[in-house]
Amino acid sequence: MSLCEMTHQCKAALCMLLMNLTISNTRLQVTNSSCNFPDGPEKTGDIERIKNEGKELTKEEKQRLRKEKKQQKKNKEKKDEKAPLESEKEKKPASSSPASQATAQPPTQKASSGVPAPAPVPVAASEAPSPVDKPAKSKAELKAERRARQEAERASKQSKKGEVGQQAAPSKAKAPPSELQPVVKRLPEHIQVDNPEVLKKLAKKLERQQIPLRSDYGYKVSLFSHLHQYSRKAPLTQQLSIPSSVIHPAIVQLGLQYSQGIVAGSNARSVALLHAFKQIIRDYTTPPNEELSRDLVNKLKPYISFLNQCRPLSASMGNAIKYIKKEISNIPSQCKEEEAKSKLQDCIDCYINEKIILAAKAIAKYAIEKISDGDVILVYGCSSLVNHILCEAFEKNRKFRVIVVDSRPRLEGREALRRLVQRGISCTYVLISAVSYILPEVSKVFLGAHALLANGYVMSRVGTSQIALVAKAFNVPVLVCCETYKFCERVQTDSFVSNELDDPDDLIVTRKGKTHLEHWQDVSSLGLLNLVYDVTPPDFVDLVITDLGMIPCTSVPVVLRVKNVDQ
Amino acid sequence: MPGADKETDLSERIEAFLSDLKRGGSGTGPLRGSAETARETTALLRRVTAQARWSSAGDLMEIIRKEGRRMTAAQPSETTVGNMIRRVLKIIREEYARSRGSSEETDQQESLHKLLTSGGLSEENFRQHFAPLKANVIEAINELLTELEGTTDNIAMQALEHIHSNEVIMTIGRSRTVEAFLKDAARKRKFHVIVAECAPFCQGHEMATSLSKAGIETTVITDAAIFAVMSRVNKVIIGTQTVLANGGLRAVNGTHTLALAAKHHSTPLIVCAPMFKLSPQFPNEEDTFHKFVSPHEVLPFTEGEILSKVNVHCPVFDYVPPELITLFISNIGGHAPSYIYRLMSELYHPEDHEL
Repeated sequence: MSLCEMTHQCKAALCMLLMNLTISNTRLQVTNSSCNFPDGPEKTGDIERIKNEGKELTKEEKQRLRKEKKQQKKNKEKKDEKAPLESEKEKKPASSSPASQATAQPPTQKASSGVPAPAPVPVAASEAPSPVDKPAKSKAELKAERRARQEAERASKQSKKGEVGQQAAPSKAKAPPSELQPVVKRLPEHIQVDNPEVLKKLAKKLERQQIPLRSDYGYKVSLFSHLHQYSRKAPLTQQLSIPSSVIHPAIVQLGLQYSQGIVAGSNARSVALLHAFKQIIRDYTTPPNEELSRDLVNKLKPYISFLNQCRPLSASMGNAIKYIKKEISNIPSQCKEEEAKSKLQDCIDCYINEKIILAAKAIAKYAIEKISDGDVILVYGCSSLVNHILCEAFEKNRKFRVIVVDSRPRLEGREALRRLVQRGISCTYVLISAVSYILPEVSKVFLGAHALLANGYVMSRVGTSQIALVAKAFNVPVLVCCETYKFCERVQTDSFVSNELDDPDDLIVTRKGKTHLEHWQDVSSLGLLNLVYDVTPPDFVDLVITDLGMIPCTSVPVVLRVKNVDQ
Repeated sequence: MPGADKETDLSERIEAFLSDLKRGGSGTGPLRGSAETARETTALLRRVTAQARWSSAGDLMEIIRKEGRRMTAAQPSETTVGNMIRRVLKIIREEYARSRGSSEETDQQESLHKLLTSGGLSEENFRQHFAPLKANVIEAINELLTELEGTTDNIAMQALEHIHSNEVIMTIGRSRTVEAFLKDAARKRKFHVIVAECAPFCQGHEMATSLSKAGIETTVITDAAIFAVMSRVNKVIIGTQTVLANGGLRAVNGTHTLALAAKHHSTPLIVCAPMFKLSPQFPNEEDTFHKFVSPHEVLPFTEGEILSKVNVHCPVFDYVPPELITLFISNIGGHAPSYIYRLMSELYHPEDHEL
């Protein structure tokens, strides 16, 4: 074949491809309207009626609503840069023109699940064809109009900048994973509390999903006015109406356990979440004319919003949710319901087993090499992984003693202390203010992590960075133990921008019959700050022990990339 | 006999003071500030000077030393007692030297020149009797008392030189000196204070309520959040229990962490300490100045099952090395930590360092 022929053939192929794309795009737009997506972009008076009945909107109603909303949005002005919060919000077009473009995107998001998703969301228009085979409405001028809008939107969005929602997002890759994609991220809602527009959008979304909105409590320190601050005395479940058929009871129970702190700790929360999802899958039945792969994902969305309202999702939970959604979307359409459900449950079991239980075993194996006889090991708070490591080491007859450091107001160290003492390990217990007294005795520091960020910072319980700082000053090695499923692609340099504020009333304490802070709300210039997380810079950490081996802190993005390529 | 009455009265007072010291240290009695202790010690020493039987300066110094040893043994961590005793001893030496007619300055300094020319140590017996010595000493002690009363105000007066508007200041625990300092600055400037609560005694809560009632924007944080919040802090201002001879501090526990965090972020650490807290001790060994209280503050008896199997520590003080400190603010002005040893030689005589 000559070169000219080849290029001609390539050109032809390209043309065909483009045409297919545009045709499939139009088909997608149409099928979107006829598919049963409960959080379609719009709301009218019908929604009120349906809400009262507690049922989900039917197909036709949704289609109608969507068309009406499109009309409304076309007449509205372009909204500002802050892109919509979660992925489904992409359907709610920020600007008037790309109304159809936005609606085209979500179906492709759901559809193209097979493609791996490295960095989130290039918002470029999709190339992946939809597997849907519904009949297409054919209006030639609509098609051309939409195509033009798509191109315009694609060009404008590629130059826009935003941040991706770190929470549960369905796999969003459309373009093939290239190295230097423009990373378009979306800011998660829970760190934009000071933006009233974002709050309004969130309120609308929650109303649509029939989930109550949790209100903030107490005076917030001005440095943290962009974060939520809830009170534990006002759980979200009080605002739920009793016959609430939208949220599964297992999820309500889970949300309550999260918000009251009954289930705490990164691993525990993820495992509880996955078990709840298994329960949901067991109880799920596909509605008629629906596909399990798409409908189940949409069923999960209000649950995730609810859990998010109860307590912001952790990085590990976010990764677990991504995995589940991917697995669900990957279910082939001809699969029978029972088979699909059992397959999903097996996937969840497999995930828990691999990523949490076996990973813990692997990490323990590596960590035990680092523990020698006569060691004095310092641990902070209650990390399930570190406790596991210490118990394993003790069983392998290593002679060491442990110093447990604890801090107010959570006092999680007491739980760790109980577990270790039960095994027979000799322990010492101090508060974090005494750490510079006790550090000269210590030979190693083992810390757990909530998440490992892509710039090498370790996000963990507040106080961890302090311990690492003092350990560094005394030249004591600091080892962080973390499973790879907790690695996340966010970057952060301080503990302010993205954090969690716990109930400020926890700081109140009664000593010798006097409670000084009892009426702190009455004093206008007094604020209480109860942070949950902080970030430790990588120069304080000497080694990170993961299930893939022992790596330095700065190798986290390498691991992330390797994982994504594998997937 | 009036003399005997006076003596019993005196010894009663001393006993009362000693038992007060012992009790105050265990944390059960009302917490008294160092200034109060200093004042009471000085008043007691004045009484001893007035009422005890002595004929020469040496006798008086012996009596005071004896009582001083008992007082410091009652509560070793309360170093202000020992400091005041040494100050009074120095006053006595000065008054004696003045009465004798020689200038005090040259007698103090040990220089190579003096060693060579004097031909042997001149024995200062302090045996000569001077009639007006008693009155002079008592007058000098009164001056010392006046100085003590004004220390907090003197320090607070310097506040505006160090705090500008819209600053974020961090402090830890409760120090009356720092409280007065910040309140004085708040009269003219608006700034924000972050108080670390300093578990387990949580004295930071009291400090925060007191500051916020004076109209200062205050935030209470836990000890664990000190490093997390430090990046937004402009200055760290703390009080201390004792200033050691090398310029280091013996302060409430958690201060060393605070100092390390401030050093990491290059935030200046300012210590507000009046001169009566300056102690001629050097921190030679790690353990010599630690003080512990009951561990039930840390792990209460409600955790009974594990209590017997666990060691619990509750130290009260922390040592902060002088490299982490930027400035000392005292009632006689501001000093760098490297200058503290000089101040010591002005306040105390080298022979009194060991009581």
